[in-house]
Amino acid sequence: MVAASSTKSISVTLRVWRQSGPKELGQFKDYSAKDLNPNMSFLEMLDVVNDELTARGEEPIAFAHDCREGICGTCSLTINGKPHGPGKGIATCQTYMRSFHDGDIIVVEPFRAAAFPLIKDLVVDRTSFDKIMQAGGFITARAGSAPEANGLPVPKGDADRAMDAAQCIGCGACVAACKNASAMLFVSAKVGHLGLLPQGQAERDRRVLAMVNTMDEEGFGNCTNQYECSAACPKTISHDFIARLNRDYLSASLRSAFRPEAASTGGGGA
Amino acid sequence: MNLVGSFFRSSIGRKILMAVTGVILIGFVIGHLVGNLQIFSHPDHINGYAQFLHQLGPLLWVARIGLIVAVVVHIWAATVLTLENKAARGSNYGFKHTIQATLASRAMRWTGYIVLAFLIYHLAHFTLGAAQSATFKDNLKSYVLTADYRVAGFPVVNAGTKVADVYSMVILGFQSPIVAVFYIIAVGLLSLHLLHGIDSLFQTLGLRSNKWSGCLRKVAIVFCLAYFVGNLAIPGAVLAGKLSPQSAKISAPAQR
Repeated sequence: MVAASSTKSISVTLRVWRQSGPKELGQFKDYSAKDLNPNMSFLEMLDVVNDELTARGEEPIAFAHDCREGICGTCSLTINGKPHGPGKGIATCQTYMRSFHDGDIIVVEPFRAAAFPLIKDLVVDRTSFDKIMQAGGFITARAGSAPEANGLPVPKGDADRAMDAAQCIGCGACVAACKNASAMLFVSAKVGHLGLLPQGQAERDRRVLAMVNTMDEEGFGNCTNQYECSAACPKTISHDFIARLNRDYLSASLRSAFRPEAASTGGGGA
Repeated sequence: MNLVGSFFRSSIGRKILMAVTGVILIGFVIGHLVGNLQIFSHPDHINGYAQFLHQLGPLLWVARIGLIVAVVVHIWAATVLTLENKAARGSNYGFKHTIQATLASRAMRWTGYIVLAFLIYHLAHFTLGAAQSATFKDNLKSYVLTADYRVAGFPVVNAGTKVADVYSMVILGFQSPIVAVFYIIAVGLLSLHLLHGIDSLFQTLGLRSNKWSGCLRKVAIVFCLAYFVGNLAIPGAVLAGKLSPQSAKISAPAQR
């Protein structure tokens, strides 16, 4: 959670991963950030450091950011080994300098995963998440305007759990935190939120098979049930969704192995 | 992907293979321990039990082949998954940090290696007679059962049958402190392996949730402790001199 407010200004040393391009060699470089307002966010602190670098004629540190209010999933950064910094249930943009102490050395690295190739410094390409979504993270139906709310009854418990999963902002912290760079928490949240709702039932089997297949193809690792992902998730999405994904995948595999295909889509015959 | 393909090629499929073979092997180690604890009873029991298992003939081989397949699939899946996991990280973090992964979960690979090494020695010692062959059951004086060995009330090995003296083999084997200590360390690490394994297999099979994950963890801890203590008891009792082999027993009957 967000650290308590403070007024005492602090100075820290940033040990930042600098890498000028995907093919270049990267290395850590130290920068001192002095007299920081403790209530500035981590990203604002980087802005200040970048201003100084620019004024000195040095290349500013490249980092990804957008909404800066914890809902877009653009900001990343692994801060002292933990994606999104020391707080629980917050993104880097919601991490404030008061979470650190005066004189701290703060190690800032990109999200490291083969499936998230590095673009520059702290910016990685998370297109592989988009590919997983394109494989089945949607409902193939005309959405139109919102239907009559009572037309499709959803039990409160299911709706709540679906919303828990739907909180996923697709930032990739689960992959970055996982010992194996596995995307299981992300995929399980996406499969889970649609699988819990009536609208998601028609394509439930196809969805889980396709999304897991794409996840494997994109080169993510395999879950070893250590739950680093849910601990790092800025939306505190539970690894219970991973158990649900495993169960869904097993039953979908069994069903799809025996389900006949329509003649028009290549089935029929003998 | 067809069904076999999805089990052997997909990430979740391989994990399900890990979990299912894990369940088979946990079932085996429980049965193995319970059977072996008969050593604390009259020598008729464990010797009759060993004879009974050998009398199963083809069934024994069905079980053995089943276990070998389970071990091979378990190790194959672990190897393939681990290699993929290493490749998936790409470049390593400069600052290594663990948020909540347990020691047992992080040590799985190493506990696995040592348990495998132990398994090979254990089979060479008690099944094949390749290690410590002087005290292997085939090289010891055979034992004559003094009472029927019964399974579920039915006599399966009759009194008077000459059987291998497994009782003495186990005790003589563990009288070597190095062997006994290696055994104790290995079962300790196996217990740690099972602690994460039990938790993990319920998650992989999709049966774990926050409703009972705390309970599951406690059950796993109690099970692993009980399993360790049960296994510790046999070499522990031998090292403490509480169990002695047949030959010593005949000369000093008062010990029992």
